[in-house]
Amino acid sequence: MKKLSLFLTLALFFVLAAPAAYAQDAPDRGVTLNVYNWGEYIANGTDGSMDVNAEFTRRTGIRVNYTTFDSNESLYSKLAGGGADYDVIFPSEYMVSRLINEGRLAELDFANIPNFQYVDPQFRDPNYDPGNRYSVPYTWGVVGIFYNTDYIEEVTSWQSLWDSQYAGKILMFDNPRDSFAIAQFMLGQDVNTTDPADWRAAADLLKGQKPLVQAYVMDQIFDKMENGEAWIAPYYAGDAAILVDNSDNIAFAVPEEGTNFFVDCACIPITASHKREAEEYINFLCDPEISGANMDYVGYSTPETAAREYLSPEVVESPLHYPSEETLSRTQAFVNLPEDAAKLVDQLWAEVKMGGPGESAVLAAIILGFLAVYVAIIAYKRRKRRRELR
Amino acid sequence: MKKAAARLYTFLMFLFLYAPILVLIVFSFNDTETASRTVWSGFSLKWYQKLFEDRLILEALRNTLIIAVAAAAASTVLGTMAAIGINSMKRLPKRVMMNITNFPMVNPEIVTGVSMMLLFVFAVGLFGGRSLGMASITAAHITFCLPYVILQVLPKLRQMDESLFEAAQDLGCPPAKAFFKVVLPEIMPGVVTGMIMAFTLSIDDFVISYFTSGTTQTLPIYIYSMTRKRVSPEINALSTVLFAAVMALLIVVNVRTAKARGQAKEERR
Repeated sequence: MKKLSLFLTLALFFVLAAPAAYAQDAPDRGVTLNVYNWGEYIANGTDGSMDVNAEFTRRTGIRVNYTTFDSNESLYSKLAGGGADYDVIFPSEYMVSRLINEGRLAELDFANIPNFQYVDPQFRDPNYDPGNRYSVPYTWGVVGIFYNTDYIEEVTSWQSLWDSQYAGKILMFDNPRDSFAIAQFMLGQDVNTTDPADWRAAADLLKGQKPLVQAYVMDQIFDKMENGEAWIAPYYAGDAAILVDNSDNIAFAVPEEGTNFFVDCACIPITASHKREAEEYINFLCDPEISGANMDYVGYSTPETAAREYLSPEVVESPLHYPSEETLSRTQAFVNLPEDAAKLVDQLWAEVKMGGPGESAVLAAIILGFLAVYVAIIAYKRRKRRRELR
Repeated sequence: MKKAAARLYTFLMFLFLYAPILVLIVFSFNDTETASRTVWSGFSLKWYQKLFEDRLILEALRNTLIIAVAAAAASTVLGTMAAIGINSMKRLPKRVMMNITNFPMVNPEIVTGVSMMLLFVFAVGLFGGRSLGMASITAAHITFCLPYVILQVLPKLRQMDESLFEAAQDLGCPPAKAFFKVVLPEIMPGVVTGMIMAFTLSIDDFVISYFTSGTTQTLPIYIYSMTRKRVSPEINALSTVLFAAVMALLIVVNVRTAKARGQAKEERR
């Protein structure tokens, strides 16, 4: 036992000593920023990349407590639940507009973010943050179609996801906004429409597609596409670039009807305790060199043309990472929906996935069945006991 | 025939239990460019290398270990004291007390987590703090580890001959000293087993940590956030390391209990 505890103490000591190892040039300012970002969304020093947070500490003397989340909704619940004191957060565009509407974001002082000048004009004053007062774009990308060229010649339209030739080999997003957007582009609607009739029409289109769909998935598309289990799937270009890079038979296309364009932003919550330092951090991320290093690792696209020179030319020229102006002109970004529209979308999505409200009757029948069996067992046991007593 | 069927049944049982973990371990050694989880392309340790290069993972691991050590130590001390108190109670209060302490074990973790978060947020606001963190997670972990320690220590106390403690005092030993010299060595196996259990429980807890963590990140929370992009084999490597560590601790616990049982048998002879 002594040996074990000695080992544990040693191990603990070793791990404790590890983070202090990196060099610090600027004097320690005694401030620790709490940064909350997506998982695997910053260059972290592995694979020869730059350790961006360590570099920030080295240059400014501000320490970073870097933590990660898995979805906009977990970020929201952490913020809304209280008890977490974040200085910099990275919500996606629709979550930015929701947080602005609820007054949860602090207005940025752009005098402290001079590097904002590098952000390309097309990413300024976006529809999710009118006036561009609360957010600085960090990454962006588009949704496109990935397909297996062994089975599918060419894809130019979302219509291919409705092609009965590929029945059972089609994948779809497992989240309502992304799936509905596809149907909405086919119908030529605005993705942020609040008209219930529009949403119903899109839902009908998705319901018609359901029999052809193999599965509604998120990151399983990698495995399914790679081993040929599925032939065609929509996904975020930046995440799935690795698929195209590493397999000869998978290609990417942005459909001609237009597509969803997403932006993840850096914001400061209204509750932040170190707003000044947080702005310094955001400014640091906007440095073209840092942005380039980050995007090189993350695989998404940078909103700064100046940062592209730090990326490999193949990436910059690839339409997967940097689609043409012409393609981009056909894209739309999500804005947070008003509450009743959001509710309708959730409800319609449930109907699409479960195949209509009829399913709830089946569910009720199953539950009743279980109850009946349960009651029967109890009744049987009681009778048995009574018989035994006699 | 019956024996063969029984063997097959046992085999299937273990297959279902361990096949997923086995697959996970095997694919942590997969040498692949695309981070594939299904296509095997040779043996490599590169995911382990990447794992130990990743400062964020190491930081999360450090937090997890600090919390686990603190929670195990504190819950062992508190739990042992509680067990001694409960052991000397009368029958009815003892039963009530046991039910109260056992309740957190059957209470859904999410309920414990949310209620603790609400309590801590309230308390932090009351004392003018800014954020939950290390302290609140540790407090939460101590709470859910307590019943396990108590359950490990109580049987040892019951086995112990009470007159030993009285005899020590009769011979002029002050109560505190008598406790450390006589009672503690007797119940030590239970205490250590309880501590190791608390340690492993604390290491792999996700739900309660998630709600009470504030701006602190533990390893399970970090792993969960990694799943938003494609799950890389780095996670396989990490899970393999965790699995091996917890497995080792559990083996230690089991060997200890087996030994203790063996000793007890010999003494009876």
